[in-house]
Amino acid sequence: MTDLYQSQRAMRQMRRLAMQRGVVAILDVGSSKIACLVLRFDGTGRLSEDNSIGSLAGQTGFRVVGAATTRSRGVQFGEINAMQETERAIRTALQAAQKMAEIRVDHVIACFSGAGPRSYGLDARVELEGQVVTENEIARVLAACEVPDYGAGREVLHAQPVNFALDHRSGLADPRGQLGQELAVDLHMLTVDATAVQNLAHCIKRCDLELAGIASSSYMSGVSALVEDEQELGAACIDMGGGATGLSIFMKKHMIYADTVRMGGDHVTGDISMGLGVPMAKAEWIKTMHGGVHATGMDDREMIEIGGDTGDWEHDRRTVSRAELIGIMRPRVEEILEEVRSRLDAAGFDHLPSQQIVLTGGASQIPGLDGLASRILGQQVRLGRPLRVHGLPQAATGPGFAGAVGLSLFAAHPQDEWWDFEIPVDRYPARSLKRAVRWFKDNW
Amino acid sequence: MQQVRPAPHDPAPTRFQFRVQRWLLTPGIRFLLRAGIPALVVFMATSIFLASETRRTAVVDRISALRASIEERPEFMVNLMAIDGAGEGVAEDIREILPLDFPLSSFDLELADIRELVEGLDPVKSATVRIRPGGILQVDVTERVPVLVWRHRDGVALLDASGVHVDVVPSRAARPDLPLIAGQGADTHVAEAMDILAVAEEVSDRVRGLVRMGERRWDVLLDRGQRILLPEEGPVQALERVIALSEAQDLLERDVEAVDMRLAARPTLRMSDDAQKNWWRIRHLDENGQ
Repeated sequence: MTDLYQSQRAMRQMRRLAMQRGVVAILDVGSSKIACLVLRFDGTGRLSEDNSIGSLAGQTGFRVVGAATTRSRGVQFGEINAMQETERAIRTALQAAQKMAEIRVDHVIACFSGAGPRSYGLDARVELEGQVVTENEIARVLAACEVPDYGAGREVLHAQPVNFALDHRSGLADPRGQLGQELAVDLHMLTVDATAVQNLAHCIKRCDLELAGIASSSYMSGVSALVEDEQELGAACIDMGGGATGLSIFMKKHMIYADTVRMGGDHVTGDISMGLGVPMAKAEWIKTMHGGVHATGMDDREMIEIGGDTGDWEHDRRTVSRAELIGIMRPRVEEILEEVRSRLDAAGFDHLPSQQIVLTGGASQIPGLDGLASRILGQQVRLGRPLRVHGLPQAATGPGFAGAVGLSLFAAHPQDEWWDFEIPVDRYPARSLKRAVRWFKDNW
Repeated sequence: MQQVRPAPHDPAPTRFQFRVQRWLLTPGIRFLLRAGIPALVVFMATSIFLASETRRTAVVDRISALRASIEERPEFMVNLMAIDGAGEGVAEDIREILPLDFPLSSFDLELADIRELVEGLDPVKSATVRIRPGGILQVDVTERVPVLVWRHRDGVALLDASGVHVDVVPSRAARPDLPLIAGQGADTHVAEAMDILAVAEEVSDRVRGLVRMGERRWDVLLDRGQRILLPEEGPVQALERVIALSEAQDLLERDVEAVDMRLAARPTLRMSDDAQKNWWRIRHLDENGQ
């Protein structure tokens, strides 16, 4: 537990250093694209004169000075499976973003979608030593959490206190300084495969960069695609990416659940490729230009040239109707949404007071998806785009950049995590050594 | 036949390219490339160019030729000097002291120096010097007006109202219209002298002049050798008293040699020898006043 704690703290320290330098890179390692944003922090964000949060939702502490996207290589299901390829892709994106920003970036905050995230809800309850809740007491109650056996080869990615309770009052966001007897905490912990994290860290290290933070992309999409009241009242964000579909549930502005379905837009493309007998690139093009999930009578008559370059005239002049294309795409999209539904049900989403579902990510741009999704997921479904941030190029404002934008917001205003609090003194390993030294001093 | 395809383009930079680009984007290096190297190149080019003596002189000559060609344009030339407000003699003097060889470029004229030189002349109170359009050096002079003739040990001079030396005259007869003062240090108290002379206006036909006695007080000299000795303090009042007395009792008409007002409480008369003997005769006194 301690080494994780130390490495996360080291990353927090890096992030602080990056803030001092004022420049940090945001890297969204996805299955279909790798997006890189370069942020410049220029002082703390200020509210406008009339004290409203303004058109940028108060996210004014930073500015995007460089943005670049490249086709992802070597990433499948949101996990790195070919290190060299991925490293090259990361280098491409970083170089282009640095060039646009005209500044050298040394610190990177990265997010990825795969690696089988698993959510755990932990809680703990301690008697306060004094009357007042101090930073140390919070550290103590966090340390008292019963950590489940999440298995070897997994690592904690997020561990966020989502709720504090003091005696009989629950729902406290920040109990510091309050008076009471007994402090309880609910902690949301997200674990992922350690190898995926190590691979990503290694790739970034090979690019001569320092890792200043790491996050789950489904969480980040929720941060940017859900509006404030949705985060407050409870909502689920479904980030339909290329190789994986992430889902995160928010409540009271905290993520309380995250999961990933290992299916995404690439599988739809693969189905088209197989169904129509065309290469992947062509299938992707057909999906982007003509894709849909609702067939109408008009679609039977709309013929799509699917082409080919075999030299065989008959083969190269093949056409399919759009209805056929939809017939290929729809079952796969339905399958993804059904899977999401089952994950949400498993998480108990239907017990939440608000049933709002927000679809985002590159694959959410399929026309007619909101209608299909509302049939499967419930009535309150909308398509979400990321928040507006300063200086974001128009090309990077689409739903496919929800993760990257969310990570920018997260970089500017990180959530308090477990490792932001000091280890309580009685748990500190150096303590025993110190005690031994003192014993020697006293007795000799 | 198998179609030969080029390998799909991979835009990824090599590790080396990536590192070089990052190195170039480092702020210090960036500054060096943007400012340091151009500055170095310019500096080296100039030093190499100026290393040779002939090129250096060529550059200097070129610059001076350019400068001369601008300075010697007809628009900047000054052809003559006009002096206004000065009499014949003073104008003559000014032309003499200004060593100017017309035509001359206005860049070579130091107007402040010329003005100083002109104002250094005794008869000039103030002067303005400017270059008038048309290439004329205009000197406007205000002359000092002499108000007194001062006879001193070395000759006769004219003084203006502030006591400044205006001119030298051969004799007092050259300016009979101006009052005369004499004596050592008289020129430093011209204002007082003027006040006294203003009071003495009543007897102006008889006043010969003022004499500064012992560099501290004035004597008024009248004709017939009469003399009014004025005190250091309040000489004007003392003279007014004498004139009032004279008007009432014809004091100055009588045979008096001197009126001594040095002690205000005890004005004293000195009679002439004849008058004194006459006085004794009238009072039946002998030579010893008995």
